[in-house]
Amino acid sequence: MDIELKGITKRFGSVIANDQINLQIKAGEVLGLLGENGAGKSTLMNILSGLYAPDEGKLLIDGIEVNFRGPGDSISAGIGMVHQHFMLVPIFSVAENVILGVEPVKTADYLDLSKARTLVNKISSEYGLSVPPDAIIEDLPVGIQQKVEIIKVLFREANVIIFDEPTAVLTPSEVEDFFSIVRALKASGKAIVFITHKLHEIKEIADRVTVLRHGRITGEGNPKRLTKEKLAEMMVGRQVAFTVNKIKSKIGQPVLKLKNIELHTKDNERVLKNINFSIKAGEIVGIAGIQGNGQTELIEVITGLRKNYTGEMFLGELDITRANARQRHVAGMAHIPEDRHKFGMVENFSITENIIINNYYEKRLSDFITINWIKARSAAALLCEEFDVRTPSVDLNGKSLSGGNQQKMVVARELGRKPKIVIAAQPTRGVDVGSIEYIHSRLVQSRDDGNGVLLISSELDEIISLSDRILVMYDGSIVAEFDNTDAKPKRNQIGLAMAGSTEEIYNEH
Amino acid sequence: MRISDIFNLKKINRSQTSGIILLILSALVLFFLNVPDGSYATFKLSRPNDALPLKDLVLSGGPFNTVASMILAFIGVRQFLKGGGRWIALSLGFGFLITIAAFLVWATADKSLNLTGMLQATVVRAVPIALGALAGLLSERVAVINIAIEGMLLAGAFTGALAGSLFGGWGGMISAIIIGGSFGFILATLVITFRMDQIIAGVVINLLVLGLTSYVSSQVFSEYRNLNNAPVFRAIKIPVLSDIPIIGPVIFSQNIFVYGALILVAITTYYLFYTRNGLRARAVGEHPKAADTLGINVIRTRYFHVVLAGAVAGFGGAWFTLGSVGRFDEGMTGGRGFIGLAAMIFGRWHPVGALSAALVFGFADSLQQKLALLNTPIPSEFLAMAPYLATIVVVAGIIGHARPPGAIGKPYQKE
Repeated sequence: MDIELKGITKRFGSVIANDQINLQIKAGEVLGLLGENGAGKSTLMNILSGLYAPDEGKLLIDGIEVNFRGPGDSISAGIGMVHQHFMLVPIFSVAENVILGVEPVKTADYLDLSKARTLVNKISSEYGLSVPPDAIIEDLPVGIQQKVEIIKVLFREANVIIFDEPTAVLTPSEVEDFFSIVRALKASGKAIVFITHKLHEIKEIADRVTVLRHGRITGEGNPKRLTKEKLAEMMVGRQVAFTVNKIKSKIGQPVLKLKNIELHTKDNERVLKNINFSIKAGEIVGIAGIQGNGQTELIEVITGLRKNYTGEMFLGELDITRANARQRHVAGMAHIPEDRHKFGMVENFSITENIIINNYYEKRLSDFITINWIKARSAAALLCEEFDVRTPSVDLNGKSLSGGNQQKMVVARELGRKPKIVIAAQPTRGVDVGSIEYIHSRLVQSRDDGNGVLLISSELDEIISLSDRILVMYDGSIVAEFDNTDAKPKRNQIGLAMAGSTEEIYNEH
Repeated sequence: MRISDIFNLKKINRSQTSGIILLILSALVLFFLNVPDGSYATFKLSRPNDALPLKDLVLSGGPFNTVASMILAFIGVRQFLKGGGRWIALSLGFGFLITIAAFLVWATADKSLNLTGMLQATVVRAVPIALGALAGLLSERVAVINIAIEGMLLAGAFTGALAGSLFGGWGGMISAIIIGGSFGFILATLVITFRMDQIIAGVVINLLVLGLTSYVSSQVFSEYRNLNNAPVFRAIKIPVLSDIPIIGPVIFSQNIFVYGALILVAITTYYLFYTRNGLRARAVGEHPKAADTLGINVIRTRYFHVVLAGAVAGFGGAWFTLGSVGRFDEGMTGGRGFIGLAAMIFGRWHPVGALSAALVFGFADSLQQKLALLNTPIPSEFLAMAPYLATIVVVAGIIGHARPPGAIGKPYQKE
């Protein structure tokens, strides 16, 4: 089945999300749709899946024009979409989720769950997906949940499958697994649309690529023949540096020291196992690891959000083991949280409020018991200027900023107080390329100024390009350490450690 | 979700809490409910003219309560030391039963109590609560909070009386169902189409119905008494089954509202958990966007179920007039709609759970009535409070946070 989009335009108020888009989707081919966050990729695909109606333009399936009045029409036309945020009912079983909307029934509307189970198993084995049909969704890891989404689409006999940022939530090995599924689907004659902002994925999996920027098509071609630099330029609109410029820094005294840190959950599960490391002034220490191996807990322990750990912790000479989050903050610790929407900012607060939220109590921002808004606003404006937060006014809601500017606002608040140690967790998640470059340069600058930086990231590339030293976390412990200044470690060495095979690592050392 | 899931409790330290509660109950029975030796409690199990009469149950008060206290202490200690998650609900349920039995023995010492009659009243009084709870869960399962149940019950009661007086019992019942459904439609329009705050919309409907019915009742019904004189549905004895001792009178010789409530609980359970449309309804309540992407019409599903909830509440409201006294009084629902909401939460948004919870509240209601006749030293108002207090303890301390449907209270809007 082939699909053609002709002159598709979609506006949200005054914003043009898609502007005169022409696109061809062909059976047995993977079309890569490349673009940054907000380039209009998801809007385009939501039009294709019937969630939005286009303001202008035509949609042709095998040469015949169609009009979707809702997702039901798109599904019955043979288009299936795997959304970035999975559309699965968390308390339902796999089988129930798969059949939802096209349920097999017996008399009296009685759900035929045994038929559903058989069908799930059949599709599952056909593509090597191995998903238990009776498992409850919320108990399954995201990698499996994605397979459920794929089964859902196949159950509806889709011929065109759209994947919206499918690898964002997957671990490196799950990504490999996912790519082999995509190849199998392609081989069986399905048309695949692969939406992403990751260049190497496009080069690896796509047969054809279309690049979007600000709702317009800015480039097309064969990804095998286009260089990474060229693709990035089409996506961002200017040349992008892939390497971080770093000079050798002066290593000083330790600024953060962790001794025998142990953490148990309520269910008495050991989530942090005897963590020992220190970060010296003038170095960036990166923690690599697949998500869910204790990184989140480690960040919470270091920043004082969790109290029930054992062991000792020092900030310089100061014992901060029993200090709370604000005391640590005042002592010189900055924290860029891993989930900016949950912990990094208050979306409905103004930029000023978001920036002073951790030091509003200081004399320079307050008069006796009230906040001095004139001083607060000018302090916020100054920081926005210094950290390149692009906004017409500091009185706007934090929500109105783009992802990159929100994150720069968080970085401004945290680094603006000249901390001794910066805890940067996923500092560039969901952020445009320009802002990534900028945030990286600020982290490196903080290190050059003689501070310590702890970088926790699930993007291995980010860890390798920024860190002076790399620690690998697996199952709650630090399983490997690599020097990243002179003799750089190989990617697959780190990858092996991330998968927990420590013996091989130590043998190679 | 299966019925066993309703009582699926959290394991952390809950068993110790339950142990402490059981030990407190044991002490209560031992010290406050002690009955002197030689006094007997007589429980009547059947009426003299029943087909299969049972002998009266006569218990010696002193030994019975001592044994009850010992059993409570034993399971209390066992729970405290090593109670598994599965045992908490069982031991507590058993413990409460024994405590209530001991309480009844203490209250009826040297007197006699018609036990079957009390159970029969329990079922009758559970009806409006169960129907209210059912109305609540039909709407909350599609993520619309329904505070308006109280108002819908009241509207049903009023319509039942008025239309019943004019068109007879069946006409009254059908009118009550239609009026209940109409208020469901009003609520649905306010909260689904206009995305009004669901709590406020519910409160507004409650106040509106209270005001309207009270006005008509005091201004019109007092003048024209024949407008407030509806026939009452009599009990229908089911042949053979109604002759079974105890169960017969309690379940099989009741009126149409009791049978209706039981059948509706069964149908709702089947509908929600075993049918295609039930699955879709629950999906809309848990993750409306997922349902929408699969071509399920979220708005229509929500409208349908909220209107259905109103109709069920209208039927429940008719019980107050057509199933009970035959006339309407101002505010006669007396908060049963809100108790129904509590029963819905206590029953974890499951029809069978809600019915069980409604029976607990119904028992409380009928216990209070009987105790008033027995002349116990405790004021009956305080006795009436005890089961509710027990419920608070159970819900807050043992069951903990019950999980409502995922999208509850949130209007659906495509961005």
